[in-house]
Amino acid sequence: MSAVFVWIETFNGKAIPASWEALAAGKTLADQFGVPLTALVFGQNAAAVAAEAATYGASKALVSDDATLADFRLEPYAALLTKLVQDSSPKAVAAAATSRGRQLLAASAADTESPMLSDVLRLTVADDKASAERPAYAGKVLSDAAVTADGTQFVAIRSRAFKAAEPQAGAQAEVTTVAPVLSEDQIATKVEAFEAEVGTVNLTDAGIIVSGGRGMANNPKEPPAGTDKPDVWKAQDGFENVLKPMADALGAAVGASRAAVDAGYIPYAHQVGQTGKVVSPDLYIACGISGAIQHQAGMRTSKIIVAINKDPESPIFKMARYGLVGDLYQIVPALTEEIKKRLGK
Amino acid sequence: MHVVVFTRSTPDTAARVEVDGSGKVTWGDAATVVNPWDEYALEEAILQAKANGGKTTVIAIGPELHNEALKHSLAMGIDEAIRVWDDGLEGGDSLSYAVAAAAAVNKLGDVDLVLFGKESVDVGTDQHIYQTARKLGWTTLAYVSKIHAVDYAAKTIRVELLLEEGKQTVASKLPAVISVMKDINEPRYPSFIGIRKASKANIPVWSLAELGIGAPAPTTQVTAYRNLPARETKTEMIEGTPQEQAAALLDRLIEEKVL
Ligand SMILES: Cc1cc2nc3c(=O)[nH]c(=O)nc-3n(C[C@H](O)[C@H](O)[C@H](O)COP(=O)(O)OP(=O)(O)OC[C@H]3O[C@@H](n4cnc5c(N)ncnc54)[C@H](O)[C@@H]3O)c2cc1C
Ligand SMILES: Nc1ncnc2c1ncn2[C@@H]1O[C@H](COP(=O)(O)O)[C@@H](O)[C@H]1O
Repeated sequence: MSAVFVWIETFNGKAIPASWEALAAGKTLADQFGVPLTALVFGQNAAAVAAEAATYGASKALVSDDATLADFRLEPYAALLTKLVQDSSPKAVAAAATSRGRQLLAASAADTESPMLSDVLRLTVADDKASAERPAYAGKVLSDAAVTADGTQFVAIRSRAFKAAEPQAGAQAEVTTVAPVLSEDQIATKVEAFEAEVGTVNLTDAGIIVSGGRGMANNPKEPPAGTDKPDVWKAQDGFENVLKPMADALGAAVGASRAAVDAGYIPYAHQVGQTGKVVSPDLYIACGISGAIQHQAGMRTSKIIVAINKDPESPIFKMARYGLVGDLYQIVPALTEEIKKRLGK
Repeated sequence: MHVVVFTRSTPDTAARVEVDGSGKVTWGDAATVVNPWDEYALEEAILQAKANGGKTTVIAIGPELHNEALKHSLAMGIDEAIRVWDDGLEGGDSLSYAVAAAAAVNKLGDVDLVLFGKESVDVGTDQHIYQTARKLGWTTLAYVSKIHAVDYAAKTIRVELLLEEGKQTVASKLPAVISVMKDINEPRYPSFIGIRKASKANIPVWSLAELGIGAPAPTTQVTAYRNLPARETKTEMIEGTPQEQAAALLDRLIEEKVL
């Protein structure tokens, strides 16, 4: 009665899109091992998320909706996953390689002395053991990593590497309720507060990303008299009133270079690159970004790159499919107009 | 109190990393530096020890190449450096390293807090953090962007975590393993005197026997490295007024079906 488990990551009781990609990756493993595909759903609204997982291809679900699991905390989540793995020795456990998914799988793999492959781009199975293609050196090269030991194989799936299945309305999964392992007084960590960042579109999930760099500071708009750091004001105004409107018209996420982040133009959560997020959208529009090697490492697998830069010698043009030389403060508003006109928004 | 930081050496982020004809990863004559993420962890350890009258130890697991990161740590002001290495760790994975890392912390004995950087810029699995914590049996607090308060006597800690969706404040207890983000501090540059002192330091190497453990069996193995497939670099420059550029770009993007 073995299975492939896929942890369906949720936030505020809703599944994150990358979970369905992980479920699709889990399905390829389940098919190769010839075992059922089981969704694991912990926390608020677990039953409804399990029902949704069925439409994405899970034939079974293990759910645990308990107050101790309401927010993701590693201790209760890992204790529960480890117990489920020990109880039924699944062939594999998959999850999206998000900050939470990586923590959970790595912890449970350590608890159970099991092999783990992370940031998986591609999976193959031979002799019952998985091998993965994964990025190394922050995406500057690729590596193949193989499971060499017996036991449950943990795989963390990179966002946008696998395609989620088309949801099948009406598909049902056999749901089993499981009890949490730790009680509240056995959990050291207590969540005291949460402050949402307004308007974040998750960069790693985004199909389109519009990024701004140090060039954002060359906003022709004048800051109010007495503004402390005029360049910061100009860049922030540009991100808010020039770049963001284009991103909104495209349904895109907003990214940034490290220079823009370090100068305080935009929070770190938006940074793309070797020490930021590694992204691979269908379309990446770089505005006022020179294309340093550390920035390239984060976005070079984007399908189509558009560069808007006033310096025709800028290295970003070497990797761009389309290059627009000019002032981003003239080109981006013109683009936004055109996008609204063509996409009827 | 005693704070431990784990670190390793990585190629400079400006390096062109490539796989050569024999399948080996190379980075030309680019420098090997302390993993950039770990500078924040090292700085935080120094700040914590200063504020609380404690000591700091830095540990790297790996061959001699990792002395680079340890020397940088000493030059910044970390009190002691230890390198853990043994033939039995050759070809190890994150799990076998975590077993050795936990054994090293246990050997030190009196540790309150273990700090890691967010991830390494070469291996970049961030598995080492969580697996070391589990092998120690300690709480993990990942992606810490601020330490609000820590009380080493009462063994409590309150931190801010950077989640994908926003910021979370959590309270927990010590000992704990935490990984830190760049918002947490501004790492110092090593002083000239620090660099001189570090260059003369004799860094002890702890073997598995000294850690009192056998060789942990790796569970995974890297079988090959490969260069990325060449990127389509045919760039089309779109000229004209901003309005003409915008219209022409939209034509292309719609044609390519990305919009
Ligand atoms: C350890 C380490 C890690 C790093 N990690 C990252 C990382 O993760 N991500 C990252 O991005 N960088 C990273 N960097 C930094 C990287 O080396 C570059 O410094 C950075 O990417 C430069 O950002 P930029 O392109 O915005 O700025 P610049 O290089 O200054 O480029 C600004 C560009 O804007 C153009 N411009 C100016 N005004 C306008 C205008 N009005 N219209 C159009 N174009 C205009 C200019 O021509 C120029 O090309 C890292 C560096 C180190 C040392
Ligand atoms: N061999 C090692 N020795 C010491 N620290 C390490 C080692 N490998 C990784 N780390 C640290 O563990 C953290 C996560 O790294 P990684 O799991 O490689 O992404 C970073 O702070 C690394 O510096």
